[in-house]
Amino acid sequence: MTKKIGDVILDVQNISLAFGGVKALQDVSFNVKEHEIRAIIGPNGAGKSSMLNCINGVYQPQQGSITYKGKTFKHMNSHQVAVMGVARTFQNLALFKGMSVLDNIMAGRNLKIKSNLLLQALRIGPAEKEEIMHREAVEKIIDFLEIQAYRKTPVGKLPYGLQKRVDLGRALAMEPQVLLLDEPMAGMNVEEKQDMCRFVLDVNDEFGTTVVLIEHDMSVVMDISDRVVVLDYGKKISDGTPTEVRSDPDVIKAYLGTSH
Amino acid sequence: MQTTFPQLLIKHAAERPDAPAMREKEYGIWQAHSWAALGTLVQHIACGLHEAGLERGEHIVVVGSNRPRLYATMLAAQSLGAIPVPLYQDAVGAECVFPINNADVRFAMVEDQEQVDKLLEIRTSCPTLEHLFFDQSRGLRNYSEPGLMALDQLIEIGKNFASTQPGWYAAEVAKANPNDVAAMFFTSGTTGNPKGVVHTHRTLLDSAKAGADFDKLTANEDVLAYLPPAWIGQNIFSYAQWLTCGYVVNCPESASTVTIDLKEIGPTYYFAPPRVFEGLLTTVMIRMEDAGHIKRGIFKYFMAVAKRVGPARMDGKSIGALQTLLYAIGNLLVYGPLRNNLGFSRVRVAYTAGEAIGPDLFTFYRSIGINMKQLYGSTETAVFVCLQPDNEARADTVGVPIAGVQIKVADNGEIMVKSKGLLKEYYKNPTATAEVLTADGWYRTSDAGFIDASGHLKIIDRVKDVGRIKGGVNDGAMFAPKYVENKLKFFPYIKEVVAYGDGRDRVCVFINIDFDAVGNWAERRNLPYAGYADLAQKPEVYQLIKECVEKVNAELSVDALLAGSQVTRFLILHKELDADDGELTRTNKVRRGFIGDKYQPLIDALYNGKAEQFIETVVKFEDGRSGSVSATLKIGDCKTFAAVKVAA
Repeated sequence: MTKKIGDVILDVQNISLAFGGVKALQDVSFNVKEHEIRAIIGPNGAGKSSMLNCINGVYQPQQGSITYKGKTFKHMNSHQVAVMGVARTFQNLALFKGMSVLDNIMAGRNLKIKSNLLLQALRIGPAEKEEIMHREAVEKIIDFLEIQAYRKTPVGKLPYGLQKRVDLGRALAMEPQVLLLDEPMAGMNVEEKQDMCRFVLDVNDEFGTTVVLIEHDMSVVMDISDRVVVLDYGKKISDGTPTEVRSDPDVIKAYLGTSH
Repeated sequence: MQTTFPQLLIKHAAERPDAPAMREKEYGIWQAHSWAALGTLVQHIACGLHEAGLERGEHIVVVGSNRPRLYATMLAAQSLGAIPVPLYQDAVGAECVFPINNADVRFAMVEDQEQVDKLLEIRTSCPTLEHLFFDQSRGLRNYSEPGLMALDQLIEIGKNFASTQPGWYAAEVAKANPNDVAAMFFTSGTTGNPKGVVHTHRTLLDSAKAGADFDKLTANEDVLAYLPPAWIGQNIFSYAQWLTCGYVVNCPESASTVTIDLKEIGPTYYFAPPRVFEGLLTTVMIRMEDAGHIKRGIFKYFMAVAKRVGPARMDGKSIGALQTLLYAIGNLLVYGPLRNNLGFSRVRVAYTAGEAIGPDLFTFYRSIGINMKQLYGSTETAVFVCLQPDNEARADTVGVPIAGVQIKVADNGEIMVKSKGLLKEYYKNPTATAEVLTADGWYRTSDAGFIDASGHLKIIDRVKDVGRIKGGVNDGAMFAPKYVENKLKFFPYIKEVVAYGDGRDRVCVFINIDFDAVGNWAERRNLPYAGYADLAQKPEVYQLIKECVEKVNAELSVDALLAGSQVTRFLILHKELDADDGELTRTNKVRRGFIGDKYQPLIDALYNGKAEQFIETVVKFEDGRSGSVSATLKIGDCKTFAAVKVAA
């Protein structure tokens, strides 16, 4: 079982981000190659989500640059990032709780819908054809994530593990080239984690999507990622394959602490 | 019938090419496959399998849920004179080893990655297995195992072959004889290795036809295929009768959408084991409890009306003008919407079988206007032995023998059957075959029962399980464990029961509570609990179950035969009995002996008068890992009643 890993698609160089006196990220550099699963790990407050938010354009780092598909940016802009094919999921789920699973995932197609509001509201002409096309894309995602039984269920009524799956579904609806996952397995039980791992691997395998994920659960990270970058107090302390990272003394120190 | 499965397919494809044969819900839409399209698909798969080397008389295993392309594979195999062997899709790998080796299987057609992984895992123990085809390629892109191929690719190969040799397929189909072996079903078997039950085209199709004639099934029926294809009942309802009648078989989107799909399709001919009907009723009742006062009042009032007049109405008796009017109003307000909600609006014939069904449950469905009936049969008899006629459905019998079936009761109480649908033999097992098939063509069912005054067959228990109480006050009394278990299981709070008493001085039982029903009951009483094991050991729950057991004792005390089978002590098990732990068969029947050995300390405690007992049990999780659960179980004592002599 081998897969093809391509060239560098996303290159993060010397990123520093501070909120007043709090240095969230200090001079962090790493890259992500096409088709790989890249994990960012680290203890609480290490700056993992901040890193993702910089890539995603939610935060604007004070220093450093981000190169995406050969274009270098001082900082990213959320809308522009989405148009360029980067999608993300959220640690604390940002779904529309009162809307159905179907509509939530359909919302992810927003950027791809071309017809105007009026045509859509009246469902006439090209708008209807377009909606059918998007519905088909959404149905494929529903099938892929095995949530057919909840198609019409309001998201707020679903258990947490399934909401996470819907969140992933909405990100997939953008047909992203790079998928940023912020703690996709947080708060899940073992079985739900296994399911989620399988979905992440399948997304990577079926669509060739590059995955950048933040995760707490070490066993998950070691099992599914190709390369891992470790952050601690806003600094990069290690970078490499899961095996390399696991045996790195700095990582062990950060996770287990040292005796004084 | 003087025909075979593939010949029937060709006939339908020629006579009604554009009529739908199967529907499959995919991407949220019911997609129909016409008879003509199915015919072509089967031809291509057959040619592909031929190119891959499948030979006449050889076996091919088919593992997966109800998918049109898996059914097409069975037809394709039969077109070549090969024998499809469906296996249970939820069986663990080790359970597939015996059937594969027993039949020297070289070919397997499976549904998806899960099944591929399962067969690859046992490949070393199944050296004959060479070719593994899969329907859905998701997740399998990077597999590079020898002999592994996508069904799509096989179809391509078959298409090429068919275009170079156009007449080959028809000639191959024509070679088949109705007396050739058509399929083999492995019985789940409560003890020892499973046995392969061999059926010919004729036994399956004759039985299917007899059943279809009995209920006047037509090509206009709609059937939902949701039970495991490895079970012969599924094979009869969605395969043999499908080809006999030419109706439409609908495959649900996934196992979790069955209730939604049921509502959308609204089948006209439906089969479900009692537990499915029970589950549906439980959900309705729980939702009704949460409804507002007015709705609940209307529901209660009209359900009482239904209970009073519904069954008589279904039996075709006259019920008087006022009751007819009341029932009509009830139908408008309650029964109709309820049937619609359950997905039973169009049901013309609904069957249940496999286990005894509670009288309340049975009456409920009949009273709201669903023609629910019972049937009796087994894998060995190609299902249909006895069926209940439309106007004579009763909860405690299984109906009358249908056309072409003879039954008699042997001296030991065993039911004997002679019909066109009897098995040819057990595969490679002449000893077992000789045990069940007598020289003059009778099949021993190993069920004990009798034919009642109205000519209906009534089943008591398995012949080998009917025992005697030894010692104590009821010395020598008849003990029918299943009869006792079923009576207890009719209570919604009790999910599973295992009764012991043969060769002992009294009857004691293990009980599994129904987690949903008891959990709901507990919540309504503000009774906190942490999980199944915790809930099961609550004193309040013990009291609840005790009341159920005592009600059963009261009922048993008036039964002349079984008054000695009253339950004296019970305990509630700390875990739910599970097929993965070997405690239930794949068809969810309790394996009494196995459970007895596994929980020996508990049985000892029941009989030596202890008030509680510690037990530790190993459990297997769905992913194959195992863990252990332990608990100290309380034991409850119950009141028994003096046997009442009732004047006959």
